[in-house]
Amino acid sequence: MKKILILISIIIVGVLAYLFNENKTVTKVSSDISTSTKVGFVYLTTPGDHGWTYAHELGKQQVENHFGKKVITTVVENVPEGPDAIRVIRELAQQGNEIIFTTSFGYMEPTLKVAKEFPNVKFEHMTGYKRTPNLATGNIRFYEGRYVQGVVAGLMTKTNKIGYIGAYPISEVIMGINAFAQGLKSVNDKASISVVWANTWYDPVKEADAAKVHIAEGADILAQHTDSPAVLQIAEKNKIFGFGQSTDMSAFAPKAQLFASVNNWGPYYIEKIEALRNGQWNTGEAPDHWTGNKWGGFSTEMLQLSEFKNMPDEVVKKAEEVMNEIKSGKLKIFAGPLIDNNGKEILPAGKVMDDGGLWGMNYYLQGVDGKIPG
Amino acid sequence: MDALILTIIATSIPLLLAASGELIAEKSGVLNLGVEGMMLSGAVGAFGAVLWLGNPYFGIIAGAISGILMASVFSIFTINLMTNQVATGLGLTIFATGFSGLAGAPLVGKTIPYLPKIEIYLLSDIPLIGNIFFKQDLLAYISILLIILITIFLNSTKPGIVLRAVGDNHNNAHSIGYPIKKIRWLATCFGGMCAGLGGAYIPLILTPHWSEGMTSGRGWIAIALVVFASWIPWRIIVGALLFGGITIAQFVGQTRGWPIPSQILSMMPYIATIIALTMISGRFSKNKSIVPASLGKPFVDVT
Repeated sequence: MKKILILISIIIVGVLAYLFNENKTVTKVSSDISTSTKVGFVYLTTPGDHGWTYAHELGKQQVENHFGKKVITTVVENVPEGPDAIRVIRELAQQGNEIIFTTSFGYMEPTLKVAKEFPNVKFEHMTGYKRTPNLATGNIRFYEGRYVQGVVAGLMTKTNKIGYIGAYPISEVIMGINAFAQGLKSVNDKASISVVWANTWYDPVKEADAAKVHIAEGADILAQHTDSPAVLQIAEKNKIFGFGQSTDMSAFAPKAQLFASVNNWGPYYIEKIEALRNGQWNTGEAPDHWTGNKWGGFSTEMLQLSEFKNMPDEVVKKAEEVMNEIKSGKLKIFAGPLIDNNGKEILPAGKVMDDGGLWGMNYYLQGVDGKIPG
Repeated sequence: MDALILTIIATSIPLLLAASGELIAEKSGVLNLGVEGMMLSGAVGAFGAVLWLGNPYFGIIAGAISGILMASVFSIFTINLMTNQVATGLGLTIFATGFSGLAGAPLVGKTIPYLPKIEIYLLSDIPLIGNIFFKQDLLAYISILLIILITIFLNSTKPGIVLRAVGDNHNNAHSIGYPIKKIRWLATCFGGMCAGLGGAYIPLILTPHWSEGMTSGRGWIAIALVVFASWIPWRIIVGALLFGGITIAQFVGQTRGWPIPSQILSMMPYIATIIALTMISGRFSKNKSIVPASLGKPFVDVT
């Protein structure tokens, strides 16, 4: 009797745990199936994260509004990066989805594996670098927004100390810090950036702790490359300023958020689905298939800035001017001479760093204190 | 400097609260690995209550109740149905992580007022000490009070000694007539209440928003702290401050360019826990019965 009870309770706990962790599939079916394109999306969390996945959800909604009945979208939420992802992506391919968007860096190997099994299905992976003839990649030039942040920070700071909170020292994040430093230096050569690594993408308490340490050390502007609104909330409490991450976070810090870099995946999704429908979809000819892939910033509207707030009018004017110059291509963020913070020349005057150079950044430029760990 | 000390204290309090509750549960012989889950329930309950009712003090009550409810689920399974405590505790964490995410979905993207600081008359004006000890929020005072009360309870009161007897040898305690299941139920629920308060501290004081999984593993650290403290209440304060201090030291070290890699610093509390465990089980220990002897064993009422 007792053994049965134990067994039953373990089963109940197991079933409950399974139910609450199971990923949810939502399919929107339209009446006109014959000419519709079936599109699959794989999300890391739920749109309720108010950050990374929420931005993808908004992109998917743009797809639905743009194509109407011409697309059928299927979304799978809460897909862990690993063997589960392979299963989910494979299922989406088997269900007849013609193009599948996998929306997290950790899906790179799973997407690659399934892409080889289904050569007739198109795959789009964000934000990796592995490509095959039917697997393309997409990414946003987040660093363009960081440059504008640097300009605004340089004009707003009084202590000339900027506190920067990074997740992990990978090229994506280092690129952002260096772009911030370039922007900062362009308006204020006395200010410098102090970087703290949280070693997590998401831990509100730890991010808040890092922010408090920055403030105790004299920083009066905070920048973050981690996901929670905790840093901005600490800025608000201490009456200093910060920048929102991925989405507009002004609800959390109405007096502290200067602006947020907002990820806008819609134009990329629409372009790639359109290309597929016209038979134009490709990943480019070169061995690395780079040319057919998408890395868009201000000019493609994939990166947008939320409303400029809590700053004087002349700073708003300067920020808008800089944004428009980046958009039109007049302002090159990583143009020579580039010198790292040990005084070594990275790029001579008159040259502009190419995309490969951006992904190879393992140094801080001038304006950043300290050195990259590891 | 006192800003950094205040940060260390603030980041330690959730650990302190959750670990004191777990200590009582473990002293009664119940190993509840669901602390992380109970903390998350406390956090979502507290945040929801403040958003709904407006007053931050309701958050404390709601956090405690949410923790107790989760602990009751655990108690039904492990104490009444005699399931394996380790498996059920892990199940509780997984369940509560999902459940709090579901319950908290409508709360995402909202923010609440902070729990106010309470300044103690005159004492709060003492330089440095006043800021640190007498200008805290209610939950911080409660956390210290709890440690004092738990110490007195376990060492100097009859119910405390009965609780320890239940945890050390439930068969003997049962044979002299103590209600084992009732005592364990109460101890587990007390543990849940404290874990709920620890979780509530995060949205009420540290970062006033709700998002899924916002405790980020602090429940597991709280369980490690109980072992680190070798089941002696005041040592939890030392342990919690050590954990908090090392987190802050990592960041200060990075801003000031200390030559120690932050990874080494983040390893330290765990190394300290292992050393503490070795000391307990090894021959250094004068008192070998420091681990509750019935810890983790289900009590089967044979009569």
